[in-house]
Amino acid sequence: MSEDKGAGEIQPRYGEQSGGVPGNPEAMDNPGLPEHLPRPTDVDPRLAQRAERQIATLFGLAALLSIAFCVAYFAIDEHVFFLGTRASNLALGLSLGLALLFIGIGAIQWAKKLMVDHEITEERHPAVSSEEDRSAALTAFASGAKESDIGRRPLIRNSLIGALGALGLPAIVALRDLGELPGDKPSRTVWTRGMRVVNDVTGAPIRAADMQLGQLVNAEPDILVENEEDDPEGEENLEGHEMLNAKAKAAVILVRIDPKDITPYPGRKNWGIDGVLCYSKICTHVGCPISLYEQTTHHLLCPCHQSTFDLADNGEVIFGPAARTLPQLPLGVDDEGYLIAMSDFQEPVGPSFWERGGEEDRSV
Amino acid sequence: MRLLSARLSARRRHPLAGVVVLLLGLLVAGGVYTSVAPKPAEANAQQQDLIEEGRKLFLVGCASCHGKNAEGIETARGNILGPPLIGVGAAAVDFQVSTGRMPMAQTGAQAPRKQPVYSEEQVQALAAYVASLGPGPAIPSEEDYAYEGLSEEEIVRGGELWRTNCTACHNFNASGGALPNGKYAPTLVGVEPVHMYEAMLTGPQQMPVFSDEVMTPEDKRAVIAYVKALEEDPNPGGLALGSLGPVSEGLFGWIVGIGVLVVAAVWIAVNGVRQK
Repeated sequence: MSEDKGAGEIQPRYGEQSGGVPGNPEAMDNPGLPEHLPRPTDVDPRLAQRAERQIATLFGLAALLSIAFCVAYFAIDEHVFFLGTRASNLALGLSLGLALLFIGIGAIQWAKKLMVDHEITEERHPAVSSEEDRSAALTAFASGAKESDIGRRPLIRNSLIGALGALGLPAIVALRDLGELPGDKPSRTVWTRGMRVVNDVTGAPIRAADMQLGQLVNAEPDILVENEEDDPEGEENLEGHEMLNAKAKAAVILVRIDPKDITPYPGRKNWGIDGVLCYSKICTHVGCPISLYEQTTHHLLCPCHQSTFDLADNGEVIFGPAARTLPQLPLGVDDEGYLIAMSDFQEPVGPSFWERGGEEDRSV
Repeated sequence: MRLLSARLSARRRHPLAGVVVLLLGLLVAGGVYTSVAPKPAEANAQQQDLIEEGRKLFLVGCASCHGKNAEGIETARGNILGPPLIGVGAAAVDFQVSTGRMPMAQTGAQAPRKQPVYSEEQVQALAAYVASLGPGPAIPSEEDYAYEGLSEEEIVRGGELWRTNCTACHNFNASGGALPNGKYAPTLVGVEPVHMYEAMLTGPQQMPVFSDEVMTPEDKRAVIAYVKALEEDPNPGGLALGSLGPVSEGLFGWIVGIGVLVVAAVWIAVNGVRQK
């Protein structure tokens, strides 16, 4: 085809530059591009025709496979299985995948065998505008500034600045009205003094005496679940969106550790009941729920970023990116022997947030 | 009825009334005693034989780590060679020995599941011996873990319990997962229901305890039914890659997926059609 013309277009630029390096006799001349060779399909029209047919066949097959996808979509029942696999998914995946593959192979064959393949060099344009454009722009700006007289009339200038600045106020007022400020909500959960600690999912309350050494219970506050113990005239259970919001903060885990392994902070000695301890289930790093608990080491491991907390040592961080100890919930026992909270958490649960201070919320 | 009680009450001062009441009392007391009395001597002797057989097996196969009286052995440096087995109960023995985890082939981060060493009768004897040392959970009976015929609602509830309590370690698809320092949570695919039940009951190795009081037998049964339902779920299509989640899938995507694409791109560029 046009290979001879193509090869000629490229040569001169580099030769001039590298050969012209002053004072460097060793500078090499630009060798240019290798000689352009024709492809078999360029010389033999029969081969070119064959390649054309091949490519058309590939595209045709791709079209047929797309139709096969549609047929399979409607024809194959989802309960039919083929070699232990859902036949409908298998057929859909294979037909669509092969259709895309054939289009790809066809396109590459077309480009490699039939499209014109002379080498070209693309020149890069400088990023700067031309000198005339730049001076024209500067002139236009200068004349605009001069004709508007902004330099001579500071009253107009200053009042304009004031007007534009005041435009920010409506934006601030409107955004402020998007919702009330969180107040102390991030620091509080629904736990209150006397609220029972109940099983997550089943909602059954937990007797302190039923907790065995090495036990793990994923638990939540009584207010989030309906159970038989609920007083019909008592406080209403939270529901729906509110319930989910509250649960995301108030979820806890209960463990029972041999009391002689526990080293409580001063003031936390009576937070557990005979080795039964209750901690927030929300990681203090970015708030993933944690319940990967190793009973022999008392370590609680967060699956997201491997933060590890030692539950026998007040939930101290012993590994990973978490910066704060896991908040502990003070436990008590009610008249019937069930576990209850003695208060809310004494520090905010979950990840750090902007308003949260540094050390002063350590509840020791 | 009222007539009868009126007649009885009218004769309660009859001279023979005391004798009748005494006879009735004796009869009831004797009957109750025979029904709740300790088992006949024969059964007791059988049990004793079983415990004795278990003790012999224990002394040969277990005592080197757990101590001659199952009191546990602590090394001079304070490491635990074998924990005490007093009070672990028959369920723990049945779980550890009949899944082949005990006796351990070598010390390590964790005892892996392997071909069991002891026969079923020997496991029974060992369990009876360890159970005789102190009170602990017994081997669950079949009705505790028989999960067939559970309603779909129950299985869904089991799934909820499973996702709340088990997936952190055992993975959403029960195919297990890694723990720190070379430990791991094993896969539950193909595990006997009785062993799942015993594991929840006794908390083997790193696993916490899920006692019957807090996670009731119905809850445990529902969890087992859900795991078995997962097992029977057919493959929806595609490579499961062990259902291990984002780690194996990401590794496959980066190494195999991107690798194949790179190789294909190089191959397309290198493999010329030009005449030489």
